[in-house]
Amino acid sequence: MSTATLSTETGTTENGIFYPSNVMLDLSKLKKVYPTPKGDYVVLEDLDLQIMKEEFVTIIGHSGCGKTTMLSMIAGLNPISGGNIAVLGKPVKGPGPDRGVIFQSPSLMPWMTALENVLLGVNKVFPHATKTQRKDIAKYYLHKVGLEGAFNKKAMELSQGMQQRVGIARAFAIKPKVLLLDEPFGMLDSLTRGELQDILIEIWNKEKITAVMITHDVDEAIFLADRVVMMTSGPRAKIGDILNIDFERPRSRKSVLEHPDYYTYRKHLIDFLEH
Amino acid sequence: MEQEIVLKKQRQGLSFLKPLIMKLSPKINKGSLVSFLKKSGITLLSVLLFIGLWHMGAKALYDVEAEYKIEKALAERGQEAADAERACIASGDSSCQPNTLPSPSQVWASLQSLIADHQVITADKAAFVEKMAATNAKLIAQGKDAIVYTGRASFLDIIFTSIKTVFAGFLLALLIAVPIGIIIGLSPSLRSAFNWFIQVFKPVSPVVWYLLVFMIVKTLYIGDSSDNAFVISFISVGLCAMWATLVNTAMGVSSVDKDYINVAKVLKLGTFQKVFKVILPSSLPLIFTGLRITLSVAWMVLIAIELLAQSQGLGLFVWEEFQNGANDSNSKIIVAMFVIGIIGFLLDRFMLTVQNMVSFNKNEAV
Ligand SMILES: Nc1ncnc2c1ncn2[C@@H]1O[C@H](COP(=O)(O)OP(=O)(O)OP(=O)(O)O)[C@@H](O)[C@H]1O
Ligand SMILES: [Mg+2]
Repeated sequence: MSTATLSTETGTTENGIFYPSNVMLDLSKLKKVYPTPKGDYVVLEDLDLQIMKEEFVTIIGHSGCGKTTMLSMIAGLNPISGGNIAVLGKPVKGPGPDRGVIFQSPSLMPWMTALENVLLGVNKVFPHATKTQRKDIAKYYLHKVGLEGAFNKKAMELSQGMQQRVGIARAFAIKPKVLLLDEPFGMLDSLTRGELQDILIEIWNKEKITAVMITHDVDEAIFLADRVVMMTSGPRAKIGDILNIDFERPRSRKSVLEHPDYYTYRKHLIDFLEH
Repeated sequence: MEQEIVLKKQRQGLSFLKPLIMKLSPKINKGSLVSFLKKSGITLLSVLLFIGLWHMGAKALYDVEAEYKIEKALAERGQEAADAERACIASGDSSCQPNTLPSPSQVWASLQSLIADHQVITADKAAFVEKMAATNAKLIAQGKDAIVYTGRASFLDIIFTSIKTVFAGFLLALLIAVPIGIIIGLSPSLRSAFNWFIQVFKPVSPVVWYLLVFMIVKTLYIGDSSDNAFVISFISVGLCAMWATLVNTAMGVSSVDKDYINVAKVLKLGTFQKVFKVILPSSLPLIFTGLRITLSVAWMVLIAIELLAQSQGLGLFVWEEFQNGANDSNSKIIVAMFVIGIIGFLLDRFMLTVQNMVSFNKNEAV
């Protein structure tokens, strides 16, 4: 069997490095330096992390350790100081619609309606679709997040929770390969938060995409993730530990809470954060 | 719900109409009626107080000036002349009235005479048009210019000229400042390149702008003198007033929320989409703040510029009345002052209303 057929069947080669085909995101020896008036501040150094296709990974770590920095580098919004980030073997060169982002604040254009906000991305990603087709795509995802009654409401008239729903719809509607979420539910009350977690998991499961989500909430991290990634405190933060969550999917909040392993997982994470 | 928001916004801009709107609305509840009466009562009271103080001040100045005139007559021409002067002033004869701050009633009379004058001139104009109708038709048929009325301008014509000039100037400012503001807002290097230019020319006084425009228009534009005056004054007004819009537009465009820019980057929007769908809408509130300042500056400098340019507007009217020194000149000047103030106020309110309509951020107080 020649190397060429090998690469198409089980993986790709880029710059002579072999990537197993089930790796979606590959961060290697990642480094980030912010220049400050008092000299360079090394936020991340020697950070290695591989995230598989269709995996849901949550990231926890102390405030200021560099989680947002890492995520924005994956998104291509923040330049890399050293090391590599590859998406399906291809190095990241800038932002792109293959990596959808849901920001902590919904960041909707307040002067547009919910539908227009979602369409903004859809128009870009599906330039050959007809206008009705694009609208249908946008409406489908707004429907999925439970906003069928608010298509034509201006974003500024929506509540925080509704705005973040639009943010989720907008991110999924561009059909990304990877979804990057930076504390998307941090500003919401726990009831809305739970609802949106369910919606997120449901769409993620249906679309079969890879999700990387930063959170401060240990329970949220366990409930959503296949793996919880723990980052060490900065400066020079890296991956400290990784915890596999072996609960079956689909999960219900109740079954997770009642599972005998739940408290072991929880203790593991809290012990890490407290040291 | 949407309408409610619109209404709320309009109230911010035209809130002084609120009592009126409430009065006109069919459902008047007791509370709103009481507060309406209270509000308009207070306004009315303050107006009366103002007129009263003005009246007393004018009276005092009148007495001082009269005394001075009598004393002057006494010193220069003796007791007899002084007595004659006193009698003349007391009789109300217009030839020897002290020339000072006019009283409210004089100003009111002047306003009415200006309106009457306007009616006379309008009738005159209509008669002229009728008389010349046949002749003009013939002239036009021969391919010549029609004969137009060139008589004195009435007070309303003068106001209209001023408003026309200010809008032309405002439009010019808008057409220059908004595109340039957008361009320099988009590029930090252009911004620093243009910065000295803005800093140097922004504080230049209207008089200097007028002279500059005069030099250029004089050589380039050959129209008759009244056209010339109009062109010169509106260009000067525009150039003088455009800076606020330029600075605000550049600032609005350059300080678009980083989140929006990130969204545009993630969605990989093209430059055109980015500018027209994200950057411009988000900077509209600041652009309109700039335009509002521009309009009020334009109206303020207009008076001085019209005076210099000899354009038939309120500025020239005020100056000519002052030079004229006729008996009712002073009160006509005060009439013009009120007209200028009220129009300026209405223009500002109009812009505030527009500004509130485009402002998407309800918390953004201006
Ligand atoms: N543009 C910047 N310039 C300089 N330093 C920065 C910049 N952005 C972030 N930092 C610093 O880098 C460190 C990591 O920031 P980052 O926002 O990635 O932390 P985080 O883990 O996301 O924190 P949080 O949990 O509070 O959101 C912080 O100490 C922060 O002060
Ligand atoms: Mg963060």
